[in-house]
Amino acid sequence: MKVYHGKAVFHGIAIGQIQILKKEEKNVFRSHIDNVEQEITRMERAVSETEEQLKKLYDKALLEVGESGAAIFEVHQMMLQDQDYQESILNIIRTQQVNAEYAVAVTADNFANMFAMMDDAYMKERAADVKDISERLISVLSQEDKEEVQTDMPTIIVAEDLSPSETVQMDKSKVRSFVTRYGSSNSHTAILARTMNVPALIGLAYDEDIDGMTAVVDGFKGELIVDPDPEVLAEYEKKAAQEEEKRQLLQELKGKETVTLGGKEIRLYANIGGISDLQSVMQNDAAGIGLFRSEFLYLEKEDYPTEDEQFKVYRSVAETMAGKKVIIRTLDIGADKQIDYFKLEREDNPAMGYRAIRICLTRIDIFKTQLRALYRASAYGNIGIMFPMIISVREVKRIKEIVEEVKKELTDNGIAYGEVELGIMIETPAAVMISRQLAEEVDFFSIGTNDLTQYTLAIDRQNAKLDDFYDAHHPAILNMIQMVIENGHKGGAWVGICGELGADLELTDQFIEMGIDELSVSPSCILPIRKKIREHV
Amino acid sequence: MVKFTFTVKDEVGLHARPAGLLVKEAAKCSSKVTIRKGDKTGDAKRIFNIMGLAIKCGEEVEMMVEGDKEQEEAAALEAFVTENI
Repeated sequence: MKVYHGKAVFHGIAIGQIQILKKEEKNVFRSHIDNVEQEITRMERAVSETEEQLKKLYDKALLEVGESGAAIFEVHQMMLQDQDYQESILNIIRTQQVNAEYAVAVTADNFANMFAMMDDAYMKERAADVKDISERLISVLSQEDKEEVQTDMPTIIVAEDLSPSETVQMDKSKVRSFVTRYGSSNSHTAILARTMNVPALIGLAYDEDIDGMTAVVDGFKGELIVDPDPEVLAEYEKKAAQEEEKRQLLQELKGKETVTLGGKEIRLYANIGGISDLQSVMQNDAAGIGLFRSEFLYLEKEDYPTEDEQFKVYRSVAETMAGKKVIIRTLDIGADKQIDYFKLEREDNPAMGYRAIRICLTRIDIFKTQLRALYRASAYGNIGIMFPMIISVREVKRIKEIVEEVKKELTDNGIAYGEVELGIMIETPAAVMISRQLAEEVDFFSIGTNDLTQYTLAIDRQNAKLDDFYDAHHPAILNMIQMVIENGHKGGAWVGICGELGADLELTDQFIEMGIDELSVSPSCILPIRKKIREHV
Repeated sequence: MVKFTFTVKDEVGLHARPAGLLVKEAAKCSSKVTIRKGDKTGDAKRIFNIMGLAIKCGEEVEMMVEGDKEQEEAAALEAFVTENI
């Protein structure tokens, strides 16, 4: 047994046979050509066939890894069509009277060198793209198919690094894990592993003699265990079986509707705290985003994020979700979250202090910047905005006035925006008690059960001494939820839950009976809840 | 000829994907579109040309649009790069 350490880029357990992928060095021979025009025609045909291949790869990658992962194949098409690249190849064929393969190989070297000599780490890596398209072109010219990885037993793919073409073309039905010596958490390998839901390790210095051996990939510890001892293997087989069970559930429920047996559809959305969560939102097949915490935009910065910075993030989320609902909560910070540049004073009781909408309604400039960014992004997808910590109708009316001002400014400046649903968080007992009036003002409610429970029970969740007094299913909370749903519906607002309680499987049936319209939970909870809802009579 | 300048905001600079976006947009123009960084210039319709300039985040580049429809095409390009690049 030998254990290698790497960095896990996707969790999970895999057991299989190691297959080391070796890059075959293609030897391209230089040969003299008599009929130059014929060679050029052959070259032009190969270019269009290669382009076809790249288009197919783009479509395949689009399905498997999404638009951002597939875009590289579009760039490859542009590189292939690049005039300088093509002219260089044709010139070499013409002036040296040589075969097209050789002309491509020389051109590839020249262009790759140009990148390799740049003093920019990222650009240096682009040399690989030039080589990738050139190899493909040479394969087409020499009528060879690029070798596909074929296996008939569970396999752990081990390689120096994997190119986009290699990863997309691979027959993935038997691949259980990827291990590479190089690569980064944003490399193609990592993206593919996440999408396929298989563990992957990078930065792992393996020995060549492990090819063909049985091994375990522990994607939690970042270990590759080659030729494991029987008891270690047995233990991992058990773990892998548990993981597999989870995966089965995922596969079975993916793409299915979230509808009860009685035919009621519940919108099952995801809570996210940043762009990096989007991958798991897609993976777990959420119908939308019910709570996008915008705080990270502020927490990551040294100064207030600009409108453009925010706009870019909101737009990319809206675009990634492609028409599915994306509900973004406006800034929700207070003295308990330190952001230096806000210069918030220390408070004795920050939970009930100067925070969230209270900051926004007194520092309108910060609020307007966020709203403008949100409205601009609404032209690119289906955006909803919700406001935290509401206690009065007056606040909501004031918010709506500011929203109208923002919309007018945008219209006056000729900037496009879309239809935006406006909603509020119901997380104070006050908001519950006046939910009938609030419902007249907004499109939706989202019940924030964490704060609502804390404010209603007067229990600080951070205080362990109070655990005995705390009851997550306290009837007061459940009655409040019932009341909010009824009042919301009377006033024409749909009602969802975005707090922890929303993911509580013991309460799912009850929430459905209460008439809940939406549940927004962390991505990993989506599929188990979907299962529960689908079983609801 | 119409000229305008812009600053690249993408974190890793004008690398493969943003360069691809720019090529796609420039290809729509009937004008000749040239991109200049310092004393180096490139044809904005050619991806290797753009990538060869190794433009990094925060660097300012100049675009030169020359042709019959240079006015409107420059305006469209400027709007596009401010938004996307």
